[in-house]
Amino acid sequence: MNNYILEMRGITKIFPGVKALDNVNFKVKKGEIHGLLGENGAGKSTLMKVLSGVYPYRSYDGEISLDNETQRFNQISDSEKAGIAIIYQELALIPELTVYENIFFGHEIKNGAFIDWNETFKRAVGMLKKVRLNINPAIKVKELGIGTRQLIEIAKAISKNVKLLILDEPTAALNEDDSINLLNLLRELKEQGVTSILISHKIKEVLSIADTITVLRDGKTVCTLDPKDRDFNEFGIIKHMVGREIENIYPPRLEQKIGDVCFEVRNWSAIDSAKGKQILHDINLNVRKGEIVSIAGLMGAGRTEFALSLFGNTDKYAVQGEMYINGKKQKFKHPRQAIDAGLAYATEDRKNKGLILIQNIKQNISIANLKSLCNMGVINENREIRATESYIESLNIKATSVAQITENLSGGNQQKVSVAKWLYANPQIMILDEPTRGIDVGAKYEIYCIMRDLVRKGMSIIMISSELLEILGISDRIYVMNKGRITGEIMTSEATQETIMQKAML
Amino acid sequence: MQLFLEFKSLIKKNIREYGMYIALVVICAFFAIMTKGNFMSSRNISNLISQSGYVAVLAVGMTLVLIIKWIDLSIGFVAGFLGALAAVLIVQQNMPMEIACIIVILAGIGIGMFNGFLVAKVGVPAFVTTLAVMLIFRGSLLEITGATGTIVIPDEKFNAIGNGFIPDIANVEGIHVLTLIIGMLAIVAYIISQFISRKNLKRYQFEVISMPIFIFKLIFISVLIGYIVWILAGYNGLSWTAVVVALVVVIYHFIMSKTALGRHIYGVGGNKEAAELSGINVRRITFLVFTSMGMLAGLAGLLYTSRQRSAMPTAGTLFELDAIAAAFVGGVSAAGGVGKVTGSIIGALVMCALPNGMKLMGVSISYEYIIRGVILVLAVVFDITTRKTKS
Repeated sequence: MNNYILEMRGITKIFPGVKALDNVNFKVKKGEIHGLLGENGAGKSTLMKVLSGVYPYRSYDGEISLDNETQRFNQISDSEKAGIAIIYQELALIPELTVYENIFFGHEIKNGAFIDWNETFKRAVGMLKKVRLNINPAIKVKELGIGTRQLIEIAKAISKNVKLLILDEPTAALNEDDSINLLNLLRELKEQGVTSILISHKIKEVLSIADTITVLRDGKTVCTLDPKDRDFNEFGIIKHMVGREIENIYPPRLEQKIGDVCFEVRNWSAIDSAKGKQILHDINLNVRKGEIVSIAGLMGAGRTEFALSLFGNTDKYAVQGEMYINGKKQKFKHPRQAIDAGLAYATEDRKNKGLILIQNIKQNISIANLKSLCNMGVINENREIRATESYIESLNIKATSVAQITENLSGGNQQKVSVAKWLYANPQIMILDEPTRGIDVGAKYEIYCIMRDLVRKGMSIIMISSELLEILGISDRIYVMNKGRITGEIMTSEATQETIMQKAML
Repeated sequence: MQLFLEFKSLIKKNIREYGMYIALVVICAFFAIMTKGNFMSSRNISNLISQSGYVAVLAVGMTLVLIIKWIDLSIGFVAGFLGALAAVLIVQQNMPMEIACIIVILAGIGIGMFNGFLVAKVGVPAFVTTLAVMLIFRGSLLEITGATGTIVIPDEKFNAIGNGFIPDIANVEGIHVLTLIIGMLAIVAYIISQFISRKNLKRYQFEVISMPIFIFKLIFISVLIGYIVWILAGYNGLSWTAVVVALVVVIYHFIMSKTALGRHIYGVGGNKEAAELSGINVRRITFLVFTSMGMLAGLAGLLYTSRQRSAMPTAGTLFELDAIAAAFVGGVSAAGGVGKVTGSIIGALVMCALPNGMKLMGVSISYEYIIRGVILVLAVVFDITTRKTKS
């Protein structure tokens, strides 16, 4: 008999071409708060998806035992039955239903065939008391703030007699007070015997509350620390999170002339129209000719939103502030105007927002600049094919022909098609959003080489990336973004992973 | 044997593209046998083509709407109403038929712009918008035909659009010479264009079908065109409806396959967000596609009213369904982004051959509806399953 409530042993999960988890061991003691830390892509969420049955038994290697019993979860409901509850970043509450309906949604209290609303209401009041929420259970969830909703999620989990509560970035969207409130609640739940796993980027927060911390890196368990360990502090943990051996995966820096400022934004603010929330605050940033500027930051820092707001998406973002391209003030009402002014934006979400997957390479590459191929609106297909072939050659895209459907290309080649599409639009400033996400090391190297080559020819690149090594390896200058603000500007020669991380997590 | 294997894999790979041709041939063969050849008679084929004109025109417009992942349910009664409007203008206002036709087409464009405005600019889902517009024009149709019920059109020039044939250039007994000449020109143009496109494909190292299969395809299509032309020439020749439909198809096919506008439409259908971020004005494309649909609904209204030589309060009933079914049968994907104007024309012929053949067989009208419904579902099932096996 040991005192572990959860033991995951030798978990290996392979996605096509990527080893997401590599022999991970993860143990959680009964009644503790266990922090799980790691960079983006380190494998935290994959591990939790294995645990919750999103990836069914047999789709991974290794063993899971809960309360010393081996578990084989085939779907999420299996893990829920076993007493595991996960609260995700995106809350799963239904805004149009009331608090008490939400708490018992999916496991309704029934009296025969009908829902026993009286009992539901009574128990909901009890649950709310447990999470110290003093609200009317009959209120609709949409009228509540995000912090309150988080607590309702926890109430919902407790109502299912949860043994193990997993919180994925619970405080990412909360303000200070709500965060403190939530952490206090976790402590109270711990006293009541609930074990929880806390996944968070906020290292200080985890340090303040966790009894044990496990750090993942590149799909492997790096270390498991408790307060007695020497590294149980912010710097120690950052070191473990980022301190992998550096392979030579970046092309060498060449002497290169960096010119004048060609792109600048001043006091740039934006409101997300759908949510009615200000997401960007007073951003000042500039890019010089021939320069690679990175925007570092955590997921949700507002980097992609910043890029989209620059790119004329007036439907989604109401912007304020000034933008200058080559000293000329610009205001875009549609991406078309941005493209015509020399801006390009290669999205992080290739499959959903970047490529038209059902169309072929040729159609995807030409779509942003069909005008140049047209004579009175009629496409010159011969020229289109020639242009496509030249990109296939120069970017080394592995494809059977220019007519291959992009859906059938590998991630790296899709990314190259996406880059080719924007090169064909002939931009001066190219924004690359997570240009190497989800592609293998070889293709990454090629993308880096392409970027170097482009700036040598006088283009300027803004790279948004969550990989610190990539940022340090490729960029000339780094802006750090946090909660919609620029929190730092560092020359790469003076930057270290720790300084960037600190600014990103202020 | 080698040839047979290639043929088999070709059919298998391109089942989506060839499916509707196979369906059309099977249906025609079935009816030809069941009606002891009546179905394939000169008179019936000529009738069939004239009858299916309005569905074909609507199917072309609907193809574009479905490609950008919307739907237009209004076109049936919009076409019905616009046809009746033509009748009112000609009969009650004594307008020359040319001016009446222009007004009707302009009115169609206006209605299409209204749909497009609501869907693209205001953001009302097309399902709701066009359902409402359908009701509006169903009512309007009843209103303008209400006083007299059916409006009979005495203008023979107008009625010729749906019933007349192109004039002949020479007087040969029993054979329509101009039709034959046009048919032969069409075959020659087809063969030349196929050779050119094959040469281009080869130059860029695309996969091309082997020469024997290529020749077989050429002969098959040529014989098919030749046969239909021969049948038509043996009757009254090419109808004006066929000419109108052919013009619409050629123009729309050209736009969709050769122009930037066509690319943009396919792009919006393939991935709206990617298209928008690539600088395509999705709203403008949506607006244009609905506007074109309205214009074609006006044209369809003219064809139908002229064919009937009168405007009726029930005109337009279920036209939209025939057009949607024709597009799906013709290979338009229910998921958007995929589809050809030429395919939808074949689909329209299928959707019209069915009731025509069943009438000749003496099947009751109730089964006609049931079978049309079944065909619509089958076409979409076919679309979904062939898409699945591909990925």
